[in-house]
Amino acid sequence: MTTSPISEFFSDFGELCRYMGRFFLRVWRRPFEFRELIRQMDEVGSKSFLLTSVTGLAIGIVLAMQSRGTLVRFGAEAVLPSMLALSVVKEIGPVITSLVLAGRLGAGMAAEIGSMRVTEQIDALEVAALKPFHFLIITRTLACMLMFPILTLWTDAVALFGGYIESYLASGMDYRIFVSTAFETLRISDVIVDTGKTSIFGFIVGMVSCYLGFNVRGGTREVGQAAMRAVVGASLLILLTDVVIVRLSIMIFGDVGT
Amino acid sequence: MSTEPIIRLKGVEKSFGPLNVLKGIDYEVGEGVSSVIMGGSGSGKSVLIKHVVGLLKPDAGEVWVSGKRVDTLDGDELDMIRLSIGYLFQSGALFDSMSVFENMEFFLERHSEMTRPEREDRIMEYLTWVGLPEKRHHRPAELSGGQRKRIALARALVLGPDIMLYDEPTTGLDPVSVRSVSELIVRLREELGVTSVAITHDLLCAEIIADDVHFLYEGAILTSGSLEQVRGTDHPALKEFFGSTDSDP
Repeated sequence: MTTSPISEFFSDFGELCRYMGRFFLRVWRRPFEFRELIRQMDEVGSKSFLLTSVTGLAIGIVLAMQSRGTLVRFGAEAVLPSMLALSVVKEIGPVITSLVLAGRLGAGMAAEIGSMRVTEQIDALEVAALKPFHFLIITRTLACMLMFPILTLWTDAVALFGGYIESYLASGMDYRIFVSTAFETLRISDVIVDTGKTSIFGFIVGMVSCYLGFNVRGGTREVGQAAMRAVVGASLLILLTDVVIVRLSIMIFGDVGT
Repeated sequence: MSTEPIIRLKGVEKSFGPLNVLKGIDYEVGEGVSSVIMGGSGSGKSVLIKHVVGLLKPDAGEVWVSGKRVDTLDGDELDMIRLSIGYLFQSGALFDSMSVFENMEFFLERHSEMTRPEREDRIMEYLTWVGLPEKRHHRPAELSGGQRKRIALARALVLGPDIMLYDEPTTGLDPVSVRSVSELIVRLREELGVTSVAITHDLLCAEIIADDVHFLYEGAILTSGSLEQVRGTDHPALKEFFGSTDSDP
């Protein structure tokens, strides 16, 4: 009996939701794999540092270059730092950083766990009473939840630095003016909510990637497919979840300037 | 040596979708016995031993290990049974991200109260036992197939199991390694009194380790007895199987 892609999608989504439920039930229970968590935080964090730095720098420079022309036409060049800060901190930084990390980490985690499945390493953990769900899934997902906001803050900072470099080169803007203008319209709730939401994006990347890797059946071809599906699935879920979070944050905290 | 079965499967049935893999298996292994399950590819051998350690649950029937019914256990109770069982996987299943030493220490750290020096002593004892103490800092990828199997055996033994399950312990090994791994399995039974269940289609391995042999065919045990008795059974499947293994280089 063959299953249609639609029923397969809903079956996968249902199973993924069940895994998410298991995560919240088991994350409080022993064993607490602190050492593996630290190792995964290093894997997620410091090894993504260069990638997010380059991403941030490119975002800042390009955004400043693209916006300058339009703002100059309306005589509003002075608001460029403020516009940059709002765009970067509220939306572009968190979403682009999370998507870039979904690409790097989603594929890596799904492929690593999938390879462990096909080479019986997960069975070996289970047979040795080592609780693979705790050791593999909870640690990786928690590492993503903790490191995504930190990496996002860093990317935001680098992007603003990139924007300042562009402004300095294009108009000789003083850094004190840039900084004071950039932060005058930004609220602390913007930084907290919009950086904090990347923790949810990290949860999505961790769960989707680990779920798809954990459930690989077959061989290397299926491992490759799981890696690809992890990136696509996590990226789509990040974008959809962002819509919901932004709507909710506007309802709760109000829009910028209100 | 007690004759009370330490492993008992009663009427075990297992299907995957429309595929009937096990069709009412009755199987017993006495304490300290080395039992070998033979059969062609796809006959259900691996599925059978995965039931013993609770990796698979039967659709019907019962699985008993050390007097406890495994197929109804879950969580910590199942883990307690699993800690008395060592499992040598076909691929070795060593953790790629860890060195040989870390692979073994990982098990001890979680399941024993040993101090670090005690763990080191225990690990070196078993690495010496399998003849590979110098490989302690190597990664699994740096080992040959035979070395990986021996390290995996040392890892499976490090917690001192009462029962060892071997899934194709000699597949992919050259004849010298087949003999060396098989002799380790025999030493394990003789020196430590470990009960063994081995799945193999390697005649040399079966000759060295088997107290009794069970031949699995199309999801059912076709015949049981000594290796000679099983080989002498008049059945086309057995003739075909032993004909092909006899002619293996």
